[in-house]
Amino acid sequence: MTEFPEVRIPIGDVVENFIDFLAMNFEAFFDFIFVISSSMIKGLEAGLLAIPWWIFIIIIFLLGWYFTNLYGGLLFGLFIFLIGTFDLWPETMTTISIVLISVILSLVIGIPLGVGTAFSKTMSTIMRPVLDAMQTMPSFVYLIPVIFFFPLGNVPAVIATIIYALPPVIRLTELGIRNVDKEVVESAQSFGSSTSQMLMKVQLPQALPTIMAGVNQTTMMALSMAVVGSMVGAQGLGERVLYAINRIDISLGFEAGISIVFLAIIIDRITGGIANRLQKHRRDAA
Amino acid sequence: MTVKLKVENVSKIFGPRPKKVIPMIEKGVPKDEILAKTGHTVGVYNASMEIMEGETFVIMGLSGSGKSTLIRCLNLLNKPTYGAIYVDGENVVGYNKNQLKYFRQKKIAMVFQHFGLFSHRTVLENIEYGLEIRAMSKTERREIAQKHLETVGLKGYENQYPDELSGGMRQRVGIARALANDPDILLMDEPFSALDPLIRREMQLELLDIQNKLQKTIIFITHDVNEAFKIGDRVAVMKDGKVEQIGTPEEILEKPASNYISEFIRDIDRSKILQAEHIMSKPYGLVSLKDGLNVAIQVMRESGISSAFVTDRKRQLQGIVTVDQAIDGLKEKKTLQEVMSTEVKTVQPDEYVQDIIPYVLDSKYPIVVTDEEQTIKGIILRVHVLASLISESNNEQNDAQKL
Repeated sequence: MTEFPEVRIPIGDVVENFIDFLAMNFEAFFDFIFVISSSMIKGLEAGLLAIPWWIFIIIIFLLGWYFTNLYGGLLFGLFIFLIGTFDLWPETMTTISIVLISVILSLVIGIPLGVGTAFSKTMSTIMRPVLDAMQTMPSFVYLIPVIFFFPLGNVPAVIATIIYALPPVIRLTELGIRNVDKEVVESAQSFGSSTSQMLMKVQLPQALPTIMAGVNQTTMMALSMAVVGSMVGAQGLGERVLYAINRIDISLGFEAGISIVFLAIIIDRITGGIANRLQKHRRDAA
Repeated sequence: MTVKLKVENVSKIFGPRPKKVIPMIEKGVPKDEILAKTGHTVGVYNASMEIMEGETFVIMGLSGSGKSTLIRCLNLLNKPTYGAIYVDGENVVGYNKNQLKYFRQKKIAMVFQHFGLFSHRTVLENIEYGLEIRAMSKTERREIAQKHLETVGLKGYENQYPDELSGGMRQRVGIARALANDPDILLMDEPFSALDPLIRREMQLELLDIQNKLQKTIIFITHDVNEAFKIGDRVAVMKDGKVEQIGTPEEILEKPASNYISEFIRDIDRSKILQAEHIMSKPYGLVSLKDGLNVAIQVMRESGISSAFVTDRKRQLQGIVTVDQAIDGLKEKKTLQEVMSTEVKTVQPDEYVQDIIPYVLDSKYPIVVTDEEQTIKGIILRVHVLASLISESNNEQNDAQKL
């Protein structure tokens, strides 16, 4: 009686069959996604690589200066310079492209979903366990079906990254909109705003600082997927880390790893700075 | 005056099945018990009132009395569970989405207790919001917003953000934003409650000023009796979601409908609400100029008083004569006109008791209440003033009102 009876409920098989079904019948759809996202990544990558290294450093310096402070700018410039000395410049540009495209797509998908969950209680109830699953399911698990739909490379990495990085932006968009002051919403209503005017002119702008916190989270999570993404063929710094693991090359592993950390710090501080700036007029009162 | 807004048997009950609780309310079960037993909150029950065009109508009650729920029914932020609300004769409760939008954009605007300002927009952008959403061109709405910004005395603050302003200034933005829409009806939900007392008094006076100029129909919510009686042409007192009494401040002061209201108005400064005409008594001891001194002395003897007011044929005040002056005058063979003194303290019927008190203290004689043509309306003795300040003794004043 200590052993579990031999009952088999084959949920795994069902999922597998479903994935097979999708791969067979929606080939055109997945091809379409593949073409779009791979050309977006390629375009951005080519664009970044076309920028001379010193101009890129200056741009990062200026962004850092504007959104944080002078020392931030100098530090970020130095980080990029160091990455250059590691001889990881093209890999870094590839990683930035993959991360940026993942984040942009996450926002395009996530913000409307967040708005939807804020407005509909049913949708919120349905979304909650889905988001929990997306956040806790080990990312390797959904790497498997993703490579069913797309050839190995950057695209499955972007898809996996989106799945992993999407929840914070949905959650914080919902939270931001729900937390808009009740009287502010009432006052917008009392002037006869339509639902879309209310959303665009009042609720989204009021929720923006919270949404930006979500964007920041999403970006950081996307970056942390760089190495996992390389397991399905993504190029860039993650691929260098994998290569170093296989070779037990401590030096390369550290350099590629610390480059990812540098990118993370720069992106975190700059998006954080944007978020702060957006609520500047609020902090002044405090 | 025409009825601008008519509230007819409006009830607002929060909860899934409001029908169930109606019999309980009718039986007089208290609100908390209904909430505990059924999970329904009774916001407003069976409220009816008529609000006139250009009137400042105050709804007063303690927190939880349903006053905020009721005012939100008027612009349908709360849809009434039962009842009808007529604005210019149209029942707005039945409005569809578009009619409601139009109604809110054009006819009715609201000012909120905590201002309800948009913190991401500048002062000017806040004020023009109502115009922006009805797609008015930018130059036009800027101009209107600027005008109203100046009306409320915020010139120079156009590009500040609300959080950079003080509480009083923020509420000015709230008022300007509501006025910019040029609504017929202005709803004000405890607009000055969040402000400190000095600013509050200033804002009250400014509101009265603005109202004098614009003549909107204002519905004003407050829990402060003094504020209610100062601002309101008429006042409705609410308790536990029901309207207890509606009347002018004087009516409520003189004839409170229930012990609750008596209790509510006990601390009020009556001298700031009652006016000369409410406390004066019927003029007596009047003599006409043509009657002469003999008649004057006789009148004074009959009424047992030592002075009499002298009038002409149209009852216009000419002067005062004391019994001593009259007797001396008789001896010296003078006329009434020659002996009387023309220095009589007069007040207008609408002068507040608090302003009359010093005159009463200074004068040996009664104060005369006259209208603009100097016609005598009544007289005020010290005893009238004192009696008016004490709430329970209202018989004498009621006599005065019956005149």
